[in-house]
Amino acid sequence: MMCNQNPKSKIPPGRRPLRAGGQNPKYYTWILWTFFLITILLGVAVFSLAVGAVDLPVRKAFFLLTKGRGTPEYAILFEVRLPRILLGFAVGGGLAISGVILQGMFRNPLVEPYTLGISGGAALGVCVNMVMGGPRVLGPLATSASGFLGAMGIIFLVYAISARGGGIRLSRLLLIGVMVSFMASSLIMLVMAVTRTEDLHGIIFWIMGSLEEPSSFLMKATLFISLGGMMLSFLFAVDLNALSLGEEEAFHLGVEVDRVKKALFVIASLLTGCCVAVAGIIGFVGLVVPHLMRLLVGGDHRILLVASYISGAAFLILCDTLARVVIAPMEFPVGVITGLVGGVVFIYAMSRKGYSF
Amino acid sequence: MVKVEDLSCGYGKEIVLKDISFEVKTGQFVGLIGPNGSGKTTMIRAISGLLPPQKGVILLNGNAVSRKRPRELAAKMAVVTQSQEATPPFSVEEFVLLGRVPHWGRFQLLETKTDVEIAERAMALTGISHLRGRGMGKLSGGERQLANLARALAQRPDLLLLDEPTAHLDIGHQVQIMRLLKKLNTEALTIVAVLHDLNLASLYCQRLILLNKGRLRMAGHPREVLTEEIINEVYETSIVVKEDPYISRPLVFPVY
Repeated sequence: MMCNQNPKSKIPPGRRPLRAGGQNPKYYTWILWTFFLITILLGVAVFSLAVGAVDLPVRKAFFLLTKGRGTPEYAILFEVRLPRILLGFAVGGGLAISGVILQGMFRNPLVEPYTLGISGGAALGVCVNMVMGGPRVLGPLATSASGFLGAMGIIFLVYAISARGGGIRLSRLLLIGVMVSFMASSLIMLVMAVTRTEDLHGIIFWIMGSLEEPSSFLMKATLFISLGGMMLSFLFAVDLNALSLGEEEAFHLGVEVDRVKKALFVIASLLTGCCVAVAGIIGFVGLVVPHLMRLLVGGDHRILLVASYISGAAFLILCDTLARVVIAPMEFPVGVITGLVGGVVFIYAMSRKGYSF
Repeated sequence: MVKVEDLSCGYGKEIVLKDISFEVKTGQFVGLIGPNGSGKTTMIRAISGLLPPQKGVILLNGNAVSRKRPRELAAKMAVVTQSQEATPPFSVEEFVLLGRVPHWGRFQLLETKTDVEIAERAMALTGISHLRGRGMGKLSGGERQLANLARALAQRPDLLLLDEPTAHLDIGHQVQIMRLLKKLNTEALTIVAVLHDLNLASLYCQRLILLNKGRLRMAGHPREVLTEEIINEVYETSIVVKEDPYISRPLVFPVY
């Protein structure tokens, strides 16, 4: 059979040929990548558990895990640091796969989860809520709720405007999203200009993003939604592959383009909306992680989604750990670290390797 | 195989194709020709089901194309489009394997051994096996078009639609692609191809369909369609027709 001829050719690593007959080596590579990234994630998580204002050596942490119930160290580990790590996992992973989905769908390397106005809407919601005195009247949950409502309100508006006249045209959706973002930030500035100084501080800190979340219910809900969104989007991995050839090509490959676009849009919006609502605007994860992973594992969404989720989670946990360690007991806003670390790593990686989206 | 009956269609209010009827029989190699803007690409889009007809009907094996789901269509026909502005982030092999997607189950995420074999054969047939590990962005125009063709063949279609498969290619690649199409055609693949090069169309197609300003001007054997009178009228130019010395097909020469 023709397929058994294997002409000698220079094949770059990671793109070894599939051999008809035996097992598919591509899948081995994928599995290896997944294990490698999970190892990094676990390493980062353990590191994050151990360091902080109170240093707890890893061995001691394991000891505490079994016998330390009731001690102050136990409380630090399991009531302060662990929830934060889990939230970092959920938010980092969620933002990263939102980025993968949107970049894949729009076939535009500059798109990130916040491009469509989600962050602007959430920030506006939180701003209005804080100025109206929401947190004092309704408790801490009100901030997240208002952020989520703001995000969903904006995304619904963007979608409704761009879907007029049937079907979603992506370039239109993108432009309207960008415009609505600008309008939201103008409104935020307006609100801030008339705000009392005490409230201003709260707004600015929320906008800079933080993984400190007092409510364990919200932490669990975010974790659940983030993992659920991951699994749902994985069902569209092959459709995303087809869509990366263009919408017309995807149709010719049997993809129900409109339906898939709508579903992906909803998944990405919900994921981002939840992440922003609990953690504020943590930038850069959704932009940089998908690009870095595309460099490492290639453009196939079946591995790209998984790899991005794991490394997005690891990246955010690491950045958050740095944010609380560097000037302990004070904290940097985590968004500062994600931007600096992410930007440097990405520019370095891109200049090392020929990369085109 | 394909029956177009009284078709009018276009984009929104702009009607591009008007009252077109023709038939493509199983096993034919049909060339769609006509001046720029005459509606050739729109015709391909209509047959492929991308563009629903505003009037009339297009039948594929007796079933209306517009009523079928994209997946059913993709399992029967493959389309090589002209718009390839995007560089897919895949290797050639991954790209060709995408042609297997229409045959997958809804929740299938991994290709089977058979899929890989079919993709291998498609690459061997188009002579790009040695490029399998190369990124799609690093191909020349000719190689890119061969990869497109390989992906279409990996779909295992009964009908192959091509929109200007030889555009921007040198004469060597043009002939390579046309010969390959001819060979596939003799192996029972029905082909409808938009062709700008009238001479290639004349040499390789059994039947030509000439469109002009959205209407069907003439359909028939190349000898019937490619006459000085018709071509000069439709293309608003002056050409002479000579006969090819080997298979006596008409060849078109511009007049100096």
